[in-house]
Amino acid sequence: MAAPGHAGVRVELRGIVKRFGAVQVLHGIDLGFEPGRVYGLLGENGAGKSTLMKIAAGYESPSEGELRVNGRAVHFDGPRAAEAEGIVLIHQEFNLAEDLTVVQNIFLGHEKRRGWWLDDAAMRAVARRVLDDVGLHKVDPDTRVRELIVAERQLVEIAKALSRQARVLIMDEPTATLTPGETGRLFELVARLKAEGVSIVFISHKLDEVERITEQVIVMRDGRLVAQQPTATLTRAQMANLMVGRELADLYPPRSEVPAGAPVLLSVQELSVPGWAQRVSFEVRAGEIFGFAGLVGAGRTELFEGLLGLRERSAKAVQLAGRALLPRSPRAAADAGLTYLSEDRKGRGLHLRFGLRENLTLMALRRHARPWLRRASETAALEQAVREFGIRCGSLEVSAASLSGGNQQKLALAKVLHPGPRVVVLDEPTRGVDIGAKREIYALIRRLADAGHAVVVISSELMELIGLCHRVAVMRAGRLQATLSAGQLNEQELIAHATGTH
Amino acid sequence: MPPERTEAIAAPAAPKRALRLPAVGPLLGLLLLCIAGTLLNREFATPDNALNVLTRTAFIGIIAVGMCFVIISGGIDLSVGSMAALIAGVTILLMNRIAPLGWPPAAVVMTGMGAAVLLGALFGLAHGLLITRGRIEPFIVTLGTLGIFRAYLTYFADGGALALDNELADVYGPVYYGSLLGIPIPVWVFALVAIAGALLLNRTAYGRYVQAIGSNEQVARYAAVDVDRIKVLAYTLLGVCVGIATLLYVPRLGSASPTTGLLWELEAIAAVIVGGTALRGGAGSIGGTVVGAILLSVISNILNLTSIISVYLNAAVQGFVIIAVAFMQRRRP
Repeated sequence: MAAPGHAGVRVELRGIVKRFGAVQVLHGIDLGFEPGRVYGLLGENGAGKSTLMKIAAGYESPSEGELRVNGRAVHFDGPRAAEAEGIVLIHQEFNLAEDLTVVQNIFLGHEKRRGWWLDDAAMRAVARRVLDDVGLHKVDPDTRVRELIVAERQLVEIAKALSRQARVLIMDEPTATLTPGETGRLFELVARLKAEGVSIVFISHKLDEVERITEQVIVMRDGRLVAQQPTATLTRAQMANLMVGRELADLYPPRSEVPAGAPVLLSVQELSVPGWAQRVSFEVRAGEIFGFAGLVGAGRTELFEGLLGLRERSAKAVQLAGRALLPRSPRAAADAGLTYLSEDRKGRGLHLRFGLRENLTLMALRRHARPWLRRASETAALEQAVREFGIRCGSLEVSAASLSGGNQQKLALAKVLHPGPRVVVLDEPTRGVDIGAKREIYALIRRLADAGHAVVVISSELMELIGLCHRVAVMRAGRLQATLSAGQLNEQELIAHATGTH
Repeated sequence: MPPERTEAIAAPAAPKRALRLPAVGPLLGLLLLCIAGTLLNREFATPDNALNVLTRTAFIGIIAVGMCFVIISGGIDLSVGSMAALIAGVTILLMNRIAPLGWPPAAVVMTGMGAAVLLGALFGLAHGLLITRGRIEPFIVTLGTLGIFRAYLTYFADGGALALDNELADVYGPVYYGSLLGIPIPVWVFALVAIAGALLLNRTAYGRYVQAIGSNEQVARYAAVDVDRIKVLAYTLLGVCVGIATLLYVPRLGSASPTTGLLWELEAIAAVIVGGTALRGGAGSIGGTVVGAILLSVISNILNLTSIISVYLNAAVQGFVIIAVAFMQRRRP
């Protein structure tokens, strides 16, 4: 166990405000963490939980407000400064160097030395101890991280935090990838740490776990604190309501019914993507908006990347616009009438350094080449897209990087619709856009469905799926748990299926 | 999550301008060099010397046009010099072998020229397949073939030189030494290859795909671009360019030896980089590459005509130039 070097650490956040450019994501948060307590931090994606915790752990600095440690105002210029005070954040995305060994990762940047040389024996001994603490008895400290499975990597991250003698441990969705047995061991560790006076902040969507291990529940919504009360006073349903708790009906265009007898445009039977999705089957009809819900890592994105031939996969049968076809590549998929908008706009969606024209036409370039590319035809297409999708840009000649997030997303949407697909898969279509752009994108999705497209929407925002979709499939750990129709759609139901607490 | 949501609005304006006027920097450099050359030696600013420089540029320039596609796609080919040497050796062997069959010498030479282009295409295809299907880094694949190609030439030549039969050399000669309308044949070919390259890069879907892949391969893959096929084609095109350069080069000396094409990879890559194409790929221009190639041979021409720096240091000067240009490029977003 981490040597109890420090006494308990009391952290206070006072009037924390955070702005990114013109967008304010935290509106004056006051919060305190006492030693030896376990806090559950809840909120929808985008509520500001991660930003707040990044500020507490020194990854971001607040625009306004101050941090106090044991009553003393502190300013962190980086995570190392926060670590020195005993505050450690374990990210949802791992910060491990895959080619280094477990012990090398645990001590990365904090290597023990003896004179000029590294003291491997001492580091290995500490690593062994913290690995045992997190239940990784079978993992050799000299194993390369590359050889570990995801759950083991998560536990190595926690072991790393222990080796830094954390007094305030913030864990962002630590159990998302763990099996029930591993989760149980992690919770035993949490209890032991608590007994030693460590305070723990537990960010999770799994309300049953929050109920099980936390004493206080903190709920955030739209960058504000909406509740802080003892866990025992809340039911799971009340927690979910506090997280969502708003009327957003006017954000969504009215739902029109899928016409009776509309043809099935996408039919998937038992599609499997090794390591991500097992035997998933579903059908989407013309005019239907079909949602995919699930937690991070549930395999939704990977399922569709598999469908497009971007990952290894197998399927019993796939029918695309009436034709039996499992596309070999995104090109084959696009030719058959299926296109996909990636959730990763910068890494997979747009060429940020390219102009708007080049981005828009890339997927259907052959239409503008006979055989020479015709700039006039590309420009006409861009002018039309700018009008139709409401892309706000100073000039048609700017690069995609100069657009705001919402306008980049509209451009990305215009791009995947440019080839004229019958079936379109939109992965997190409103990620990183403001509320105004969201409304426009929802209206656009509705128009697509009304025009007879089959639309698949993958989203982590439950309200979005509820407001938009005719039916929603819920995935958990690579399996399709349930398909809910409009009448059954509500947050509790979706969360219950996504977390397996039904 | 909110932090990632708010993208920097900072619009990098520089790359846009660089895209539009890529060759201005190198062109300015070339101009300054020409002024310097004129001041240093009377011989420099004569039409004869100009055509001489252009003719010598042709080999590297043609290869650099192909190299430009490979580098824009985010790849590299280190083997072009060795490839040229092996192609020269094999075509000489082939022509010498079929000449006694009683074919007219012109037909033999034509066969040799066809074989050069075909061999180049095959070598390029092999590179492309190893890089895409084999998933090996372009640097490693072409470093390997750099050794393989030159070793096979040395083996075929038994350590010495392979010479073309005299009769054939006489027929083949005009391909290098002849001229049309006062302009040497290699300069014509260079011009044609450069124009074809520029059209392909800027005016066809293929050229756009090459730039898209080099700019961000993942985005291109998700945008239904057939990344593997485009890349294989880029290496094959480069192979064809090496083949064309070699078929112009063979009649110059009428022989191939282990030193044929030595350091051509340095010169071709330097021409592309000096021409303003970023080594990390994504954007570049054929015009800039042509200017870059000419600029490099003007430097060596000036070294030949004057005695400020020894001619033996020619490759060193090219090396310094490529490092200096890369240094100036490094801050570009």
